[in-house]
Amino acid sequence: MKFAQPKTTKEALALLANDSWSLVSGGTDFYPKLGSSQPTDNVLDISRLSALRTIHSDDTHWHIGALVTWTDVINSNLPDAFNALKLAAQEVGSVQIQNRATVVGNICNASPAADGMPALLCLDTIVRVSSSNGLRDIALQEFVTGNRQTTLDAGEMVVDLLIPKTSTKGQSNFLKLGARKYLVISIAMVATRLVIDNNSVVDAALSVGSCSVVARRLPALEQTLIGQPVTTELSALITQSHLNGLTAIDDVRATADYRYQAAAELLRRSVDSLVIQASGH
Amino acid sequence: MMKPIDITLTLNGSPLSFTEDPTKRLSEVLRNRLNFKGTKVGCDAGDCGACSVLIDDQLACSCLVPIAQANESRIETVEGLNDNGTLSQLQQSFLHHGAAQCGVCTPGMLMSAKALLEVNPSPTTSEVEDALGGVLCRCTGYQKIIDAVVNTHSFKKIEQQPEAGRAIGASIQHLDGAPKVTGELAYGADEFPSDTLFIRIIRSPHHHAAFTIGDSQNFISSSDGLALFLSAADIPGRNCHGVIPPFADQPVFAVNTARFRGEAVAAVVGTAEALGALEENAIPIQWQELPYSVIPEEAVLDNSTLVHDTRAGNVLVEGFVERGDTNTALENASYSVTVQTSTPFIEHAYIEPEAGYCVRVGERIEIHGCTQAAQMDKESLADIMNLPLEAIRVMPSACGGGFGSKLDISFQPYIALAAWLLKRPVAINYTRGDSMQSTTKRHPSNITLTIGCDKEGMLSGFDFKGTFNTGAYASWGPTVANRVPVHASGPYHIPDYRARSVAVHTNTPPSGAFRGFGVPQSAVAQETAFDQLADTVGIDRLEFRLRNALRNQQPTVTGQVFNSGVGIAECLQALQATWKSANKKARAYNQSNRGQLVKGVGIGTCWYGCGNTSLPNPSTIRIGITPKGEVVLHQGAMDIGQGSNTVITQITADALGVPVNTITIIGGDTDLTPDCGKTSASRQTYVTGMAAKRSAEALRTALLRLGNVSTDAHVALSTGPTIELQDGQQTATIDLRQMDVNEFGYVLMSEETYDPPTSPLDSQGQGSPYAVYGYGAQLMELTVDTKLGTIKLDRVTAAHDVGRAINPMLVEGQIEGGIAQGIGMALMEEYIPGKTENLHDYLIPTIGDMPVFNNIIVEVEDAEGPYGAKGLGEHVLIPTAPAILNAIRDATGAIVSELPATPHKVLAAINRIRHE
Repeated sequence: MKFAQPKTTKEALALLANDSWSLVSGGTDFYPKLGSSQPTDNVLDISRLSALRTIHSDDTHWHIGALVTWTDVINSNLPDAFNALKLAAQEVGSVQIQNRATVVGNICNASPAADGMPALLCLDTIVRVSSSNGLRDIALQEFVTGNRQTTLDAGEMVVDLLIPKTSTKGQSNFLKLGARKYLVISIAMVATRLVIDNNSVVDAALSVGSCSVVARRLPALEQTLIGQPVTTELSALITQSHLNGLTAIDDVRATADYRYQAAAELLRRSVDSLVIQASGH
Repeated sequence: MMKPIDITLTLNGSPLSFTEDPTKRLSEVLRNRLNFKGTKVGCDAGDCGACSVLIDDQLACSCLVPIAQANESRIETVEGLNDNGTLSQLQQSFLHHGAAQCGVCTPGMLMSAKALLEVNPSPTTSEVEDALGGVLCRCTGYQKIIDAVVNTHSFKKIEQQPEAGRAIGASIQHLDGAPKVTGELAYGADEFPSDTLFIRIIRSPHHHAAFTIGDSQNFISSSDGLALFLSAADIPGRNCHGVIPPFADQPVFAVNTARFRGEAVAAVVGTAEALGALEENAIPIQWQELPYSVIPEEAVLDNSTLVHDTRAGNVLVEGFVERGDTNTALENASYSVTVQTSTPFIEHAYIEPEAGYCVRVGERIEIHGCTQAAQMDKESLADIMNLPLEAIRVMPSACGGGFGSKLDISFQPYIALAAWLLKRPVAINYTRGDSMQSTTKRHPSNITLTIGCDKEGMLSGFDFKGTFNTGAYASWGPTVANRVPVHASGPYHIPDYRARSVAVHTNTPPSGAFRGFGVPQSAVAQETAFDQLADTVGIDRLEFRLRNALRNQQPTVTGQVFNSGVGIAECLQALQATWKSANKKARAYNQSNRGQLVKGVGIGTCWYGCGNTSLPNPSTIRIGITPKGEVVLHQGAMDIGQGSNTVITQITADALGVPVNTITIIGGDTDLTPDCGKTSASRQTYVTGMAAKRSAEALRTALLRLGNVSTDAHVALSTGPTIELQDGQQTATIDLRQMDVNEFGYVLMSEETYDPPTSPLDSQGQGSPYAVYGYGAQLMELTVDTKLGTIKLDRVTAAHDVGRAINPMLVEGQIEGGIAQGIGMALMEEYIPGKTENLHDYLIPTIGDMPVFNNIIVEVEDAEGPYGAKGLGEHVLIPTAPAILNAIRDATGAIVSELPATPHKVLAAINRIRHE
């Protein structure tokens, strides 16, 4: 078994091309999965690819590099559309986890309860995957295909998340529901981004996590909200039928039925709070 | 193992260079390679935060950091908090506020607090919660930790210990506290000898399965680094243990059939590296799954497989108490209600998993590790190892929480057997999974209770039936079955009473002792039924309890009559003002805010008998004076964080008439200290406290007689070989050099035993099962989100009658910690074998889940206990869950009868009301 700690992405990709590796960055999913056993795969520690620990923007996109931690997100100056992501960052595990776990690792671990997914979906996030063959970009919703499943192939790694500037307009927020305050896996969570102009909704992005194998956007609800006047009645348009297409399950944390009720309620509250914010109260 | 790489780092300011496997966890390297054992490991998964350290000023769980990532960084651990050997302000604040009980989460809490205080020297409570939210504590209820951090730079130090005769009633710091805040205190996994081998237990992956072991010899000889394979055939003595000898039924290793998921069937001994690399499927064991039941409703069916052939219907034992004529009383009652409640398995979730090591010394074995019951361990091990009792020495380490589960033996026989056979030290360190799968749990319960009352609200008939899932083995099942019918009444006068309990075997982990032995479960039924009945009659719910509260001279449900010391009415009265104002506040809020948030107020009460039920449970305390004039207290009551080292010393000090800080404690080493029984049943302050009082009084009498002075004389210890006895104007000096030294090395010694006076229960459950009961009542104020079913706990007011608070700060620590566990039981905890075997699927309360605590210490002196003291440890958990359920019902009308009251159950209950 081999261990490598490359300093450059190029080096990392060359290693990935020639062997099979388990990737480790923050370690917050790697070690719990390992339990008390020792690694049985080669381990590629990408934590020293310092060029990937950056949040910046260019003409068209915001970029969240593969090594950006949740604490980095919290401490960055970002447009208001990222508030949902910042709120999610504060609800990831604990300070200890936020300090080391990466946003990209959260995506790649592909848990149905990944805290980062709803907010990133509302930002129309694109996942940039690199390999020795070059780059490919894929929409986040297509990148995560199932419980612990992504389209990442052997030899590939995620290097960057791209967020189109056209999707960073408006205000956003995030609500997570769990059975305790800290260190909690969500029962349901929602992210909402609304673009409001002239007191009417001109664009809307809403998503729900922990209520399907992969967190999902709610296109029907978004269409319902777009064009509506921004009043305290706006959230009343949200019904459970907007959640059709989600596939919540019964587990130890909650029943599927509860998850639908809670998700709808959280969406209403999320919209309410953005409406209140928009009306300047 | 990976090829080692060069590592260079700075640890607490000192540069270090070494080579190491790059994927080793930082926590493991700190502890096992660099010998910095202050950093504790509780879960190895980032779920508990005990291992928190600072890496380049950033807080991290060291169990999640490959050592390669710590390369070229600055690491700070708890050992670095000292300023040149003196405790830092933060460490002192933890001691001052009583923020460390068992102490095993303390390093993680301290490092989290340090990270916060560096950037924010005067944080608010909510800032402290956010910063410390990643560290779980199971003892304190978090309040004293928050106080310690918030007040780090502002608390007022108390420089002086109380003078002689003033120790009782003083909130002195934990006497064993300093090594907890420096990281020096050694727990079960902290003192392994350098040449030790390790043992890994092979456990059943199935609820019920037959198994065969293949060629184990070949397996061992063909694997590098493995020394020994162990199974049932290797046990020299009796392959059976159990805390209640007549019911002992649990094998060390299962024979042919495993009865629960997690049961030990074999073990492998080898080097840590070899065991770490061992793949489960390489072990030569074949499994064949068998039919199983995990719930009593299935296990009692005629066609169910018997868990034990000898126990028909899978019934382990039944308990019964009857008084008066329940049927007639219920028929004559003006009002009655019936409730059905259920509670799940609850895991103790102490932050220290079981750990220890064993050394063979000639024809003896020495067991080191965490335990609540050193002497019971000794007896079990002698049986299993087929050795005389004198050949076993149990040397307890510090214990990182127990709450009942560390009463049963767990890891001890495996290391004893391996060390005995190999003549080498053998150590074990349970993973969180080992601990959760294999050790005892709180009994799941299903209870049906019917109660009636007359038009004035006086109880008329109480009919209780409880089924308890006792798991695959007996453990403390008989105790639970006996305790429950005695206690199910709550602290009330109920002339017509019948309570039946049955403990049923299933293919699940053994249910054992957990803070309250079944009483918290029965209190859920009794207290929620009381609220419903009070409302039916139309009497205020506190008033209803006061009318029926047990008083002096009234018989309990077992016919026992106390002439003094029954303190439940005083506890309820202590809540009356808050009850009134809290209800008023809640009503006002609910009227003015007609949104989804609704406030409610609930009450719960408890009583709890201290010590064993109708069985002897003596404690013996030895106190000696050395030729140098030192007072040495042999204190065998295991301090698992609750504070017996401190409380027993306070009692000893006052009874002897010397200051606390002149007493040296010798702990529970079975070679050095007489038996103080087990730390359970809320018995140590009372029973061991009585033994300490008697022993110290005997020693004082002997001293005064030597000096020929009156009983009022003041005892002055000096550092020299004399003791001065000051009696008014007269001074007598005792020259210790002139005195004979006994076999224990003392010139004067006393050894006294105390055993509570109890009597057996007859066939109707009548008798005096306990000499002392403690009482309590709690009032919970909370807010329900009626659209999400979530609960926010606002404030708890807890009035507990402790008879006499030997140490009020420690009393508060028990109250807050017990309430925290009650909150977990009420709102989130549920152990499901195969599903919630870790600390992220099994939830215990975090620092952000606590209400504001308002503690009221009630002191209704007990005639029997030391200086009037009663036990407290278990009482404090009992009222909390019912108080929460009653408050939810008060707020919403919704009845949640199946715990835990997770959001989906609360919302479903609210929706049922809406539909009715």
